[in-house]
Amino acid sequence: MDTDYILFYLALLGYLLGTLHYLLYIASQRPSLGRVATYTTLAGFAAHSLSLAFRVYTLGRPPLGSLYESFSVLAWAIVLIYLVTEFRYGNRVIGAFVLPLVLLAGSVAAALPRRLAELGPHLQGVGLWVHVALAILGNAAFALTFCAGLMYILQERQLKSRHPGRMHFRLPSLELLDDVSVKSLLFGFPLLTLALITGSIWAGHARGSFLPLYGRETWSILSWLIYGGLLYARLSAGWRGRKAAILAIIGFCLVLFTLIGVSLLRTGRVL
Amino acid sequence: MEILVVGLSHKTAPIELRERLNVPESELSKPLELMGEVPELVERMLLSTCNRVEVYAVAEGEVEKAAEAIADCLAAYRNVERAAFADRLYTFVAAEAVRHIFRVASSLDSMVVGEPQILGQVKAAYAVAQAREATGIILNNLLEQAFHVAKRVRSETGIAASAVSVSSAAVELARKIFGDLTGRSVLILGAGEMAELALRHLVEDGVRSVLVANRSYDRAVTLARQFCGRAVTYEAFRQEMVGADIVISATSAPHVILKKEDMQAIIQQRRHRPIFLIDIADPRDIDPACNEVDNVYLYNIDDLQSVVEANLKERKREAERAEAIIEREVGVYMNWLRSLDVVPTIVSLRRRVEQIRDAELTKALGRMGDLTPEQRAAITAMSHAMVNKILHQPMTELKRRAAHQDGHVYTSVLRRLFGLEDKGP
Repeated sequence: MDTDYILFYLALLGYLLGTLHYLLYIASQRPSLGRVATYTTLAGFAAHSLSLAFRVYTLGRPPLGSLYESFSVLAWAIVLIYLVTEFRYGNRVIGAFVLPLVLLAGSVAAALPRRLAELGPHLQGVGLWVHVALAILGNAAFALTFCAGLMYILQERQLKSRHPGRMHFRLPSLELLDDVSVKSLLFGFPLLTLALITGSIWAGHARGSFLPLYGRETWSILSWLIYGGLLYARLSAGWRGRKAAILAIIGFCLVLFTLIGVSLLRTGRVL
Repeated sequence: MEILVVGLSHKTAPIELRERLNVPESELSKPLELMGEVPELVERMLLSTCNRVEVYAVAEGEVEKAAEAIADCLAAYRNVERAAFADRLYTFVAAEAVRHIFRVASSLDSMVVGEPQILGQVKAAYAVAQAREATGIILNNLLEQAFHVAKRVRSETGIAASAVSVSSAAVELARKIFGDLTGRSVLILGAGEMAELALRHLVEDGVRSVLVANRSYDRAVTLARQFCGRAVTYEAFRQEMVGADIVISATSAPHVILKKEDMQAIIQQRRHRPIFLIDIADPRDIDPACNEVDNVYLYNIDDLQSVVEANLKERKREAERAEAIIEREVGVYMNWLRSLDVVPTIVSLRRRVEQIRDAELTKALGRMGDLTPEQRAAITAMSHAMVNKILHQPMTELKRRAAHQDGHVYTSVLRRLFGLEDKGP
């Protein structure tokens, strides 16, 4: 087994422990458990980063050439964005929602075949790497938007019910969740836009067509429209709260569908 | 003679029923007079808040009859069918009644345990009853004792710490909506005590901009000045809601002052920024349907209970300590009450002995013939001294015993030994 795989499994172990401790933290509210959650996640992230670095070193190309790599990088990017959020807001509860997603992405990666297929010349080139990297980072940001939206809906329901239960006391304030939601959206949307532009340019070069309006691209454009609409509604019409959260959730479901569903059907293609 | 509590509270009756039976402070004397016509109710007072309607009484004769009479008076005064609240009523007698009154005054029976308003409300209700001469030695003593217990509970336990009250529960909710409250603005409708208290908590938590709207503009100005806020005219409150983050409504308006349509228009103008409405008025100021509007979070006084229940768990230990204090104080009070039973025994014993002394002295002096006034005085003084010395020990012992559970055994034996049976008051 290669070093990068060992490190990848160590990273998964770190994320598993992180997930468990974030969940224990949210259940018990004990700060010590929260610290353990952060440390194990950080350790996992470090191992993951090393694993990716090793892969770049041995393959001599970005680790974006297979589905395994794409999901691995997606998990890594979500952790990166989450950790930045945790340190910025000083709130660990979001981790209990984000880390399970990380674990899911990591597990999907682990379950995928790791064969190092020789990439055809049409799947190479800086344009494609940039496109895939931007798309993954953008989707990672939307994963955070999704979690913040989910938490917003839970907290909103608690507050609206007028009989807030345990969950109410554990979840952060609506203000914080809305803020995380809008900031991750503002971060992710330009990345997704650039990914679509670079993608169509690359497609134009590789296939002679600038209009990638078939298959997966259609779904990508649909999620871009949803996120774009959401951003527009937020910034211009003052949309916020529950409706915005629901739209963010729908958008991410579409992203997941695109990523997992369509990609698996057409395994010849990467992100 | 028994101490009696008959009433209903947030624990047994919904707010709608409490509203129907509620007697405003200015009208308290009328039902008191009504109950004054019931011969069984020797002493009585009526406590009516938005969370409870209770009668504290001293009953003579059949307690059940007295309790029935109280329920009848409550029903008759507010024109409510007895059947509408019969199963919501609770009746406490003797030590249980004393415990209940102590717990109410100490805010242990409050919807928000530890909230400080109830003591003031009990004091006000007592003052009304006292002014109407509806209370006597027992209730007077009981209420004074209740105030003492409340003070003890407040100073010796943490239950009255600000964290457990209607207002702090509201602050906690506000934090879950807005996060940091620093720089948030609050609009107060009505300038009552509850509104002021909630405002105080919010200001302590960093709320900076305070607006006060009240029907009486002068009171609004007074309250606003206390918090470096701004008074606005009552008519403009809907407009002011566009800029406010938290609205506390505590007016004495008899009907809803904010409807769902108003709220929808306001939230449009706010560009959907969340707003937290706290309706602590009774009857309610804000249409409950306002909660259905997106980004509007409406809590009325009943809703706050569920929030507080979580806090209560945190404070359970403190409350348990408070209950222990109350248990001890109930014991002390019941002892005093029992010693009251001894007083008539002592009085009749002394009267009986004085009668004997008087008769024997007259007889003896008659047989002695001519005596100087000094001699007569000396003999009389000797008879007094003997009676006092003989009675001193049994009376002291009786008073001491009266404080114990078996006090009544001593009084009854003494009554039999001295043939005092029929002479009790």
